[in-house]
Parts: sequence; structure tokens; C-alpha cells
Amino acid sequence: MPAHDPVRDPARDPVRDPARDPVRATGAAQVDAYRTGPSQAVGPAVPAGPQMRDLAHRRARGAYQVDEFGFDAEFTERLIAPLFRPLYRSWFRVAVQGLPNVPDVGGALLVANHSGTIALDAIMTQLALLDEHPAHRHLRMLGADLVFQTPFLGTLARRTGHTLACAADAQRLLTQGALVGVWPEGFKGVGKRYHERYRLTRFGRGGFVAAALRAGVPIIPTAIVGAEETYPMLADARPLARLLGLPYFPITPTFPWLGPLGAIPLPSRWIIEFGEPIRTDGYSERDADDAMLVFALTDTVREAIQESLYRLLIQRGPAFG
Amino acid sequence: MGRVVLVTGVSRYLGGRMAALLSQQPGVAEVIAADVVAPGHDIGAARFERADIRDPALAQLLTVAKVDTVVHMGVIATPQQAGGRVPMKEINVIGTMQLLAACQRSSTVRRLIVKSSAGVYGCGPRDPAMFTEEDDPVSPPRSGWARDCVEVEGYVRSFTRRRADVDTTILRFANVIGPRVRTAMTSYLTLPLVPTVLGHDARLQWVQEDDLLAVLIAVSMASDAPATGHRGPRVLNVAGDGVMMLSQCLRRLDRPVIPVPAGFSGVLGRMLRRGGLVDLTADEARFLAYGRGIDTTALRTELGLTLRHTTEEAFESFAVPKRGQVGPHART
Repeated sequence: MPAHDPVRDPARDPVRDPARDPVRATGAAQVDAYRTGPSQAVGPAVPAGPQMRDLAHRRARGAYQVDEFGFDAEFTERLIAPLFRPLYRSWFRVAVQGLPNVPDVGGALLVANHSGTIALDAIMTQLALLDEHPAHRHLRMLGADLVFQTPFLGTLARRTGHTLACAADAQRLLTQGALVGVWPEGFKGVGKRYHERYRLTRFGRGGFVAAALRAGVPIIPTAIVGAEETYPMLADARPLARLLGLPYFPITPTFPWLGPLGAIPLPSRWIIEFGEPIRTDGYSERDADDAMLVFALTDTVREAIQESLYRLLIQRGPAFG
Repeated sequence: MGRVVLVTGVSRYLGGRMAALLSQQPGVAEVIAADVVAPGHDIGAARFERADIRDPALAQLLTVAKVDTVVHMGVIATPQQAGGRVPMKEINVIGTMQLLAACQRSSTVRRLIVKSSAGVYGCGPRDPAMFTEEDDPVSPPRSGWARDCVEVEGYVRSFTRRRADVDTTILRFANVIGPRVRTAMTSYLTLPLVPTVLGHDARLQWVQEDDLLAVLIAVSMASDAPATGHRGPRVLNVAGDGVMMLSQCLRRLDRPVIPVPAGFSGVLGRMLRRGGLVDLTADEARFLAYGRGIDTTALRTELGLTLRHTTEEAFESFAVPKRGQVGPHART
């Protein structure tokens, strides 16, 4: 650039001189006043009364930050996580295994089985990593476009760390060093019926493997046991689903018969296991375009999860014990 | 021999300030400020030429004054400014065609800078989080300013095919904001009761008005064409770093909000427009539901430019004087 680059050289540009630009000075000071510093109080600590009031007050003034995906870390840690913690601890009694397989820093792609009619498994996995991982990592998740079209759900999903499951976003998150979670079964997984439980459905088109290859990050096969029994879907009322524009309409032992009470999940016992990472740093970026390799790796990941599921089912014993 | 710069669209705030700033730049011999109507504000040492860019007489002006740099800021954002959607479309699209035709004929024009909008990426639920310059829109814009910008960019692209020797840059700006600039978004944000789309929240990026001008100046004044190897125009996204949510912006302004179901947002947009309150098209109402993010890596790596204001700081430069103040702010 030329020497008189006005963007970087305030001395040469009267408009940009901070000393002569009171508005910019106030603006910056104002922004600084909004900074909250590194987030504290991750984990079990429930904010005390006055602290909570302060938080509510600050948030009401819009004094918080979101990242470029719309993820609001403070909102997720301080307002959403506490809501699900009782469910995680006392209701599902989630046991977490293989935490050392999740790196403390840097990008990694976590691939897990999806089940349970509504995607509680994603929330529980997110909470497991936030509360129990030594680095208290945030899990960033990839969701279907249908999620982002849906009012309230789409907004909430973005704020709590989801973004659209597309190559660009996966790539961007992984290269930024984020821990990314993907449920490649998608609606096929959550919408499967009870008699098909713990049998993995098709694993998408392997887009997640290509993303991991491009970013050179490990894939962590993750098996979740327990979600299948939360809302055992006995049947899928297809015509009703079509009428309401939903991917499926669940009929469970309690829903829709008990009305809103049917929304209470059954208290199944959960195990979340983070498996041995599958390394991808041995491949080059060009390998991401090698369809055979991508399919083979997809199958490897799928089989690893399927095997873990069978093993964990035996380990757990009865679902509601 | 200094540079001779033509700036279009000077009757509006940003165009006028651009002309004034350019006339203070070292190495600039003359700034010709062209528009259909005379600017009501100071344009510095720039010489105003009443020229309808829809008129072929513009070619004459380019030749006589030996213009070497053309800064096209004449694409109008709202029908209110043009006196209706039909004249707006005509000024934007036909005007650009005439200007490009004149540039194509000119033997002196070496550089063309076109102010476009990030609106060309459209917006919707299936968008990637951040659009890069190479990305195609997922849900292309269908109306209004953004649609005009798509057409304008199309003509600029075909111009560069015919005149590859003219160093051409298209700048896609995120929403501009600041203490003085007035846009459809700023009047929307300062409504006494702000309608939002129920259940949705938009990711927004802002570019501060001074930053917008600084980028335009940097690109116009660059001493020689940066490394070529570009086929067609150089396209660059411009936005302050970071993202803010629409709800967050409104909270910072302390504005009361009324959420409206998505199905009614079209009706609401029409009411606001008819009331002369806010000029929002259907596409812009959709923008309030989904928002958009643009990636500015190329601006930093290719041109080495860093904006002085982040998205948040840009917004604060607008919000600080407005905070607590109810009702539309004074037009500047």
C-alpha cells in the first residue's frame, strides 16, 4: 500500500485522528465498559443472587459479546447450562468415559450417534464437555438447515453454539481450533423408532470426514447410550407430520396421550464415551477430494461408534436401573 | 501532474464527504463531484458538475477533464432518496451502464472503484456463517437496493472484460453506521417502537462511516495497481470485525421492541414505508430475521487494510449520542 494509507496512519488523516474524533473516543470507551473479561464460573457453581442480578442487568443492556457464528458463551454457560444440569446429574445420571481422548486445545471433530426423538443427546454431550472436561471446552455443533428456519429454535441454536452443517462453517470452526460436534445421522437418527434403537442409520454423505481431512484435525468417535430410552418412539404418525411440516411426529408411551406431561423424558441411565481419536494429519488436504478415502473413513468412524454402543449397552445393564 | 477524480452520487452524505476528502488528498489535482442535484452540504474543494449519469453527456465530461479515477457511489439505497422505485432503478442500473459506457470510451480512465453492498449475498437460513468474496448467494436478493447492486456488479464485470487495463475494484460494504450517516437501518433502529421478527434474531456487522470513506480513499489513491492476476474486477468485503445481534443492538439503544410473526413482516414493512418512517423492502425485512456475515480476510491480506472500528465500536459511535433519546434522530 502507498505510504499515505489513511486507514492505518491516523497522523496523516484528520478524520481518523482519535484525539480529534471525540465520537470514536467515546465509542471505544463505551465498548471497553461492556467487556466482561474472561468468562469465569464455568462448571457447577450456580451464580449467587446478587451476581445473577448483575448478570441479568448487564444482559438487559446488551452488554455481552457473540462470535461470528452468533455463539453467546456467557448465555450458554450461565443461563442455559444451569437449566439442564439437574437433568444431566439427577435424572439421566450421565457417566462420562474417555475424556482424555478430547484434546485440551485445538480443533477436533466429535462424531456421535443421534437418537431420542428430540436432540437431548447433543445438549448432554455439550454439558459433559463443559462441566467435566479439564479444559471446560465449549462444543460447537453443526445443525440441519431446518433448525435455522424454525423460529425460536434457530435463534436459540445459534446462541448456544450451533451453526449450519455446511462445509464452509465446519472448516471455519475447525481451523479456528474449535471442538466441533456433528450427528451425521441427522433426523434419520432422532426420528427412528424404538425397536431400531442403538442401530446406526446411514451416516450422511461423509461431508464431516472431508471437513476434518481439510482441517487436519482428529475425529473422535463418540457413543451415547441412554438417549434412545428418553422418548421411546413407538410409531411415527406420518400424515400428521406432513400436515405440520415436521420431519416426523412421534408417538411414545406418554406422548401425545398425556399432553404436556408427555414431554417429560423417561429417566434412563446414560453413558457418554469419547473414543480413541482417528488421526487425519497424515493425509494431505487433497485427500479430502478422494471419495473412496472419505467413504472408507466414514465407515471406520461408524463402525467404531457401533461397536462402542454394543459394549456400553452391556456395561450399563438395565436402562432404568 | 496530479490525479483527476470523478465522484458520483455526491448529493448524498457519504458521496459529498468522499468528494471533500479526496480534494484534500496530496497528489490530487482536481475532484469533479457529479450528481443530478446539487449537494446541500460542503464538498470541500471539489468542483460540482450537474451531470445526470443517465445522460451520455457524461462521456464528454470524462474526456474534457481528463479523468483518471472514477469513484462510483451513485447507487441509491432507498426509493425515498430517488423519488420512487422506478427512478431509483433507473438511476442505479441505467446510470451505471451510462457511466461504464463513458469509461469504456475514455482513454484517460485508469481506475474504477464501485461502492456495492454485502446485500448481493442475499440472506436466509441456509447461508454459511460468513460469506467470502468467491461465494455465490444461497438465497439471492430479489428486490430493492441489493438486487440493483447485483445488476450493477454484473455490468462492472462485463466492463472489465472489455477494458482489462482499467484497474477495477468492487467494494461490498456491510451496513454503514455512525454518528452522522442516515440510512434505512439507522431510521429503523431509532423508531419509537421497533418491530422485530418474532423468534428470529439477525447477525449484523457494521462499518463505521469514517472507515467506509477511508477504505474508498485508500483504494482510490493507491499509487499503482496492486499485484494483478485478477480476472475481472477485484472484489472485497468491507465490515468491522466481529458480529452483533439485532436484539443486542436494540438493547444497547434501549429501544422498546414489538416482535411480529414472520408472516406479517411484509405487511408491516409496507405500513412503515407508507408512513414514511422506514424504507424497508421485503428483502430487508428478511435481513432483520436472518442477518448475514461477510469475511474480511481479503481486505487485510490483499490490501493490508485494517478498519479502525470493530463492528461493536462502529455501533457505539452511533449509539452513544442516541442512547436514551426517543424518536427519529435529526436528518443530517
